[in-house]
Amino acid sequence: MYSANASPYLKVRNLTKKFGKFTALKDISLDITENEFVCFLGPSGCGKTTLLRAIAGLDIQTYGNIDQGGKDISSLPPSERDFGIVFQSYALFPNLTIKRNVAVGLENQGIQASKVAQRVDELLTLVDLMDQKEKYPSQLSGGQQQRVALARAMATSPGLLLLDEPLSALDAKVRSHLRHEIKELQRKFEVTTIMVTHDQEEALTMADRIVVMDNGIIEQVGTPEEIYSSPKTKFVADFVGTMNFLPAKILSNNSLQVGENILICETENLAVGSTVTMAIRPEDINARNLDNSDNNVIQIEVLHLEFLGSFCRAKLGGGDLKDITLLADFSMSITRLLGIETGSKLKVSLPPKLIRIY
Amino acid sequence: MINIFKNPSVVKQKSSRDDITMRVCMIVIGLFLAIAIILPLYAMFSKSLENKTGDFIGISNYIDYFSTPALFQSAYNSILISVIGTIIVLLFAFIYAYALTRTQMPFKSFFKIVAIIPLLTPSMLSGISLVYWFGNQGVAKSFLMGESIFGPIGIIMGSVYWVFPHALMIIITALSITDARLYEAATALRTSKIKTFFMVTLPNCKFGLISAGFVVFTLIFTDFGVPKVIGGSYNVLATDIYKQVIGQQNFQMGAVVAVVLLTPAIIAFSVDRFVQRKQVALLSSSAVPYAPKKSKGLDLTMLLFCSFIAFLIICMIGMAQYAAVITFWPYNLSFTLENFNFDLIEGGGWGSYFNSIKLSIYTALIGSVIIFFGAYLVEKGRGFYIGRNTFHGVAMIPLAVPGMALGLAYIFFFNNPNNPLSFLYGTMGILVISTITHFYTVSHLTATTALKQMDSEFESVSASLKTPFFRAFQKITVPICMPAILDISVYLFLNAMTTVSAVIFLYSANTRLASIAVLNMDDQGELAMAAAMAMMIAYTCGGVRILYAIGSSKILLKTQRWRIK
Repeated sequence: MYSANASPYLKVRNLTKKFGKFTALKDISLDITENEFVCFLGPSGCGKTTLLRAIAGLDIQTYGNIDQGGKDISSLPPSERDFGIVFQSYALFPNLTIKRNVAVGLENQGIQASKVAQRVDELLTLVDLMDQKEKYPSQLSGGQQQRVALARAMATSPGLLLLDEPLSALDAKVRSHLRHEIKELQRKFEVTTIMVTHDQEEALTMADRIVVMDNGIIEQVGTPEEIYSSPKTKFVADFVGTMNFLPAKILSNNSLQVGENILICETENLAVGSTVTMAIRPEDINARNLDNSDNNVIQIEVLHLEFLGSFCRAKLGGGDLKDITLLADFSMSITRLLGIETGSKLKVSLPPKLIRIY
Repeated sequence: MINIFKNPSVVKQKSSRDDITMRVCMIVIGLFLAIAIILPLYAMFSKSLENKTGDFIGISNYIDYFSTPALFQSAYNSILISVIGTIIVLLFAFIYAYALTRTQMPFKSFFKIVAIIPLLTPSMLSGISLVYWFGNQGVAKSFLMGESIFGPIGIIMGSVYWVFPHALMIIITALSITDARLYEAATALRTSKIKTFFMVTLPNCKFGLISAGFVVFTLIFTDFGVPKVIGGSYNVLATDIYKQVIGQQNFQMGAVVAVVLLTPAIIAFSVDRFVQRKQVALLSSSAVPYAPKKSKGLDLTMLLFCSFIAFLIICMIGMAQYAAVITFWPYNLSFTLENFNFDLIEGGGWGSYFNSIKLSIYTALIGSVIIFFGAYLVEKGRGFYIGRNTFHGVAMIPLAVPGMALGLAYIFFFNNPNNPLSFLYGTMGILVISTITHFYTVSHLTATTALKQMDSEFESVSASLKTPFFRAFQKITVPICMPAILDISVYLFLNAMTTVSAVIFLYSANTRLASIAVLNMDDQGELAMAAAMAMMIAYTCGGVRILYAIGSSKILLKTQRWRIK
């Protein structure tokens, strides 16, 4: 496990990357601790892969510094940096066996052949592919190739492991299985890892910390819990998970008005009368065991109900909301308990502590 | 944290040792190209602006040329036969290609093989064959209805034969790149077959047709072998150069004609490049390849047409083969191998045949190494964009330079006593260099295409694993690209065996080649022996091609079993 208080292993300072007139990364600064698993998360074109490649030295930054393990690597070519990398396409050498693929980095260091073979066996056992070591990459499945690529990257015990959307090319079931494996391997290898992904589920399940990016800037850095339950910006709130956004007006230091409803929540120091956006997650809207101690209870009608397997997503409107609509997630148990269906009229509460304001 | 006070300096990446080594190697090969193509061309241009004593006289030579009707007539003749030949070839090649890719015509493999035959023979072979068919003692002389085969008719017929495979390959590629769903959509909209053809098929392959048209035009326009054998008194630019330089020793005028010859080639080349850039990707990643359906009427018509073309090709080479093994046409038709006694006459003898083999092997081996390594340095190098783009640009030039112009340029450049490299003139060395240069572009493009298909991240992975570039090149790049490298070697070998237009100016008594011998023997009226030597070239090329087909599948099976899933 990493220690958040230790001196950062990787320091990125004021990193800017321009491609001609287009600025892909704008003044990025970031600290990554040793042995931490960090995810760069964001939509396509946000710059997460560009940042990863700058750290690797594959696409050098225009301005800015990078420090790895106390050493300034800002202008070093990739061959003089200390990292292992796994690409979306794995880039396994098709004409070498699995064994020889994994051995490449070790052979380059001039290590004795017998020691190389020993280490390769160790690694292949770790990724559970010892029985495939004489096979060629084209004879393995996507998931297996993935594991070989990881073993190859880790063979020389580099200081940094970089993963560029390693799971994007795989189908859903294999992906969720591999998430586990990669996280386990990272723990066993004890290596500082950066993974680029556009899949928030991946980031939430795998990362120690997530760096949410959009349009070349960092929107928020935090643990998965922080990112999900305390999104700092509207973008993060919207990108990670689903969020309801409603226009609101501040009424006092503990209330705001949405439509014709007055809701109680902490408004901090926002000016009375100012227009803001109120946000609440669908799963935070409560329909169970409502009594007088609940705040922000409103009467609504279920306009539309979508069955999603383990829960239902309801579109709420009418009643106190009138023309405003809200998405609410109801577990199957409460849907059955309250007999919720399209057209149902019921009361729900919006817990003040779970309301966010932007 | 925005640092507004400190002026940020742009980060310059340090070049690794490998980066520097790769750049140095690329510059070395680039220098080779500069010496092999740019400097000689410059020498030729300068010569065309000089008078006989070497003084600069501006464009007087050009004015002389364009005001001499006899000289200028050749330009018109060249254009005329090239245009007619191009139209005929495009028509034949298009229908043949359509039959091979869009119908369920039977015996496709047979027709594919026959179509390649003209590539295995020197261009003169068709000329010689035509003499036997339609010459004064020709078998089918009456077909010409009084016209002589010596002249435009012969040149066009002979050119169409040897240019056919070039057009065919380009059009086949163009017709193969198509999305079946376009046709399904047309059918769903109840479009008639004919309308579908004009609305979907033709526009789809229009770039291929344009490309093929330019390639074919340039090939016919700049060819020397066919007009030399069967042109008679019909002058074309290529034979003019030869006459000016070899016949009249008028190097300056020869240079002028060579520059005139260069012009349509450059125009055709530039237009083709421009058109290629306009070709948007016709295949989206989800396109479905077209599988032709059976259609009895169409398949039968195509079968008849292709059989006819195949018949013509076989007749052409068949007659040359026949001529090579009969005693004396048309009086003594008994079988003999006498015509293969090349040493009996002063034309080059068996020595010239073995010189050709030597040239072809050197060209294939040295050429494929230099060209592939050069392409690798361009494709996979890091940074140094100016250098890499310049190299790539220079590598494109040879395609625009006709063989005759190249040969002439080499005389001017290498036969100059002031040139430290003049020792190369008259040696096998200059023949190898000129041949590699002559066929550089297509080989370079084949190599870069194969390199582009490799995962672009191999280099990044190798860098992270600290693999020196040379080891990565040897252990990863070469094995993966082996099919392309073999393709390039065979391409260079076959072309070195059959080429004549550049080497006609560069051979010496010790380095006579088979193709030159064919011309020499034809000059002396020994047509049967010329046919025999041409057939020797054809046997060698055919043999290499067959060996390649068998051998490559065996070699690939052994060393490349990783390709098999």
